[in-house]
Amino acid sequence: MWTAFLFAAIIAGTPLLFATLGELITEKSGNLNLGVEGMMLMGAIMGFSVGIWTGNPLLAMVGAILAGAGGAAIFAFLTVSLRANQVVTGLALTIFGSGFASFVGKGYVGKVTPPAIKSFFHAVEIPFLSDIPFLGPVLFKHDIFVYLGYLSILIASLYLYQTRKGLNLRAVGENAAAADASGINVILYKYIHIIVGGALCGLGGAYLSLVTIPVWQDGVTSGRGWIAVALVIFASWNPTKAMLGAFLFGGLDILGFRLQSQGIQVSQYLIDMLPYVATVVVLILSTRNNKREDRPPQDLGVPYFREER
Amino acid sequence: MLKILKRDDVSKKESILIRFLAIALSLVFSGAFIFMLGYNPIEVFGNMIIGALGTEMRIKETIIKAIPLIITSLGILVAFKMKFWNIGGEGQIIMGAFAATYVALNFSDDFSRPVVLILMMLAAMITGGIWAFIPAFFKVKFGTNETIFTLMMNYIALKWVTYLQYGPWKDHNSQGFPKVANFDIHAVLPSVFGIHIGWIMAILLTVIITIFMNYTKKGYEIAVVGESIETAKYAGMNIKVIVITAMFISGGLCGLTGMIQASAIEKTLTVSLSGGYGFTAIITTWLSNLKAPFVLVTSMAFAILLQGGSYIQIAMQVPSSVADMIQGMILFFVLGSEFFIRYTVGLKTKEVA
Repeated sequence: MWTAFLFAAIIAGTPLLFATLGELITEKSGNLNLGVEGMMLMGAIMGFSVGIWTGNPLLAMVGAILAGAGGAAIFAFLTVSLRANQVVTGLALTIFGSGFASFVGKGYVGKVTPPAIKSFFHAVEIPFLSDIPFLGPVLFKHDIFVYLGYLSILIASLYLYQTRKGLNLRAVGENAAAADASGINVILYKYIHIIVGGALCGLGGAYLSLVTIPVWQDGVTSGRGWIAVALVIFASWNPTKAMLGAFLFGGLDILGFRLQSQGIQVSQYLIDMLPYVATVVVLILSTRNNKREDRPPQDLGVPYFREER
Repeated sequence: MLKILKRDDVSKKESILIRFLAIALSLVFSGAFIFMLGYNPIEVFGNMIIGALGTEMRIKETIIKAIPLIITSLGILVAFKMKFWNIGGEGQIIMGAFAATYVALNFSDDFSRPVVLILMMLAAMITGGIWAFIPAFFKVKFGTNETIFTLMMNYIALKWVTYLQYGPWKDHNSQGFPKVANFDIHAVLPSVFGIHIGWIMAILLTVIITIFMNYTKKGYEIAVVGESIETAKYAGMNIKVIVITAMFISGGLCGLTGMIQASAIEKTLTVSLSGGYGFTAIITTWLSNLKAPFVLVTSMAFAILLQGGSYIQIAMQVPSSVADMIQGMILFFVLGSEFFIRYTVGLKTKEVA
């Protein structure tokens, strides 16, 4: 029973994993993009519609990546080049993205993912690893989209903490003026990481529309983008913790259903409240935490103007 | 190479002109997008205007949509002026509606109509205020990020009302249909000139908030805290008290919107009653440049967009979400245009070290 629950928690947590990692990378560059929900929705609909259109799972993923990256590019241009307010720009992106998704998705409501894509995202057991007692069946009997999630976390951790570029990125987020003075191209770093972050958010949305909920429905993300923003704080800007947080919240997401199937009578609507209440609690706890490495990038949300240095 | 210079002498005319250009450009871009999706943009925009303002009946409908936008925007304005990013308007509206409904369902028989209505308003404002107070409290106490906090409060409020609607507050006379009982006439706002009196409240509140923000000490303090916490501290202001009072006012106004929507529009409590006004109001507030009188203008403009959006869905089978996209685009362009209000771009003639 535990194995099944944790297995399902990972599936429910995978969209959060991608979106959280995307927002984490964005924030490392010192930009707070509140458009995650919008970018996820754009990725979800583009992934779904390209999937329906071509029947090709890889093209569907590329579509989702481009949609998320496109949304993020608008954000990057407005906040980095035109120095617009990050909070309001992010909100505008969310409003735009949800409008975009329900507009484009109008004709797809109720349509089902093509079988070619469904079979592509079938569970694949990883040899040897899936034989590990308990952990194997929980972690290594998933579809390749989930494995891509593990891989992204691994790459992001290595990139952030083991490479020169990762170090530069953190410098940009901590103190853009100092990074600029040391010869780092601040503007370029910000653009690249905002856009890569958006691409990851788009993938997170596509996991929902292609794998978890393979019938298109309006507002398919139902607030997960916002949970991802909170999870970045929960994870104190650390990719590995982000993964654990995503799976934990994935578990909360499916808890009500599981409890009811065990014959425990709880209102589904009150259980549905749990992820949001948990986010608030985490938010409060994390702001009380004063450990140095757990703090947000120092220049987070602060626009950088070389002329005003 | 291009050089960017900060400008400090922008005339009012010029900045309005830039904003106006931005909105015009955003309409051109949305038009191009609509065209790409196979519709005639001129026909779409034309029908939106006809749908929003074509007949007396439709004008009334548009004003009814503008009322919650105006009052919510005024609330959000108070918070934004302080650079407190209250994006929890949606939740504050819902909780206000919840409190008003509690009064309506339990006390309608006990009091006369005006008393019931006033009690509903008070309950809604206090509850909406409390819903905004919670994140404000943690903001001043621990510096907790208010943007995400207020947002999470939206979802908690939404699930709470869903729970009530499907559970304890389900109307037993509705043949198993999950809805809350309809209000007694004592709990329904009366109409003046064919529109519920929310419109009078909206105008009055605009005047009150304009005076409050510009001519009172509290309003001035809110603006100072928004400009610079350091200055406020230096001037000996009690920042914690200012933030908490301002947020209580902000949430209270949003809560009042909830009461109006429950009482005059839905005549009961529903999960969809906030209708996204809490989010749209963020845009109208921003577009008003945080000036209360302009809130009337921007809210009316967005009400036209919303009403027109639902009209084209019926008249042309164009999904109403096109209105959301246009909203997003307008905001993108206006946000971008602010750069040109604050800076000038020219060709670099001489290298400035």
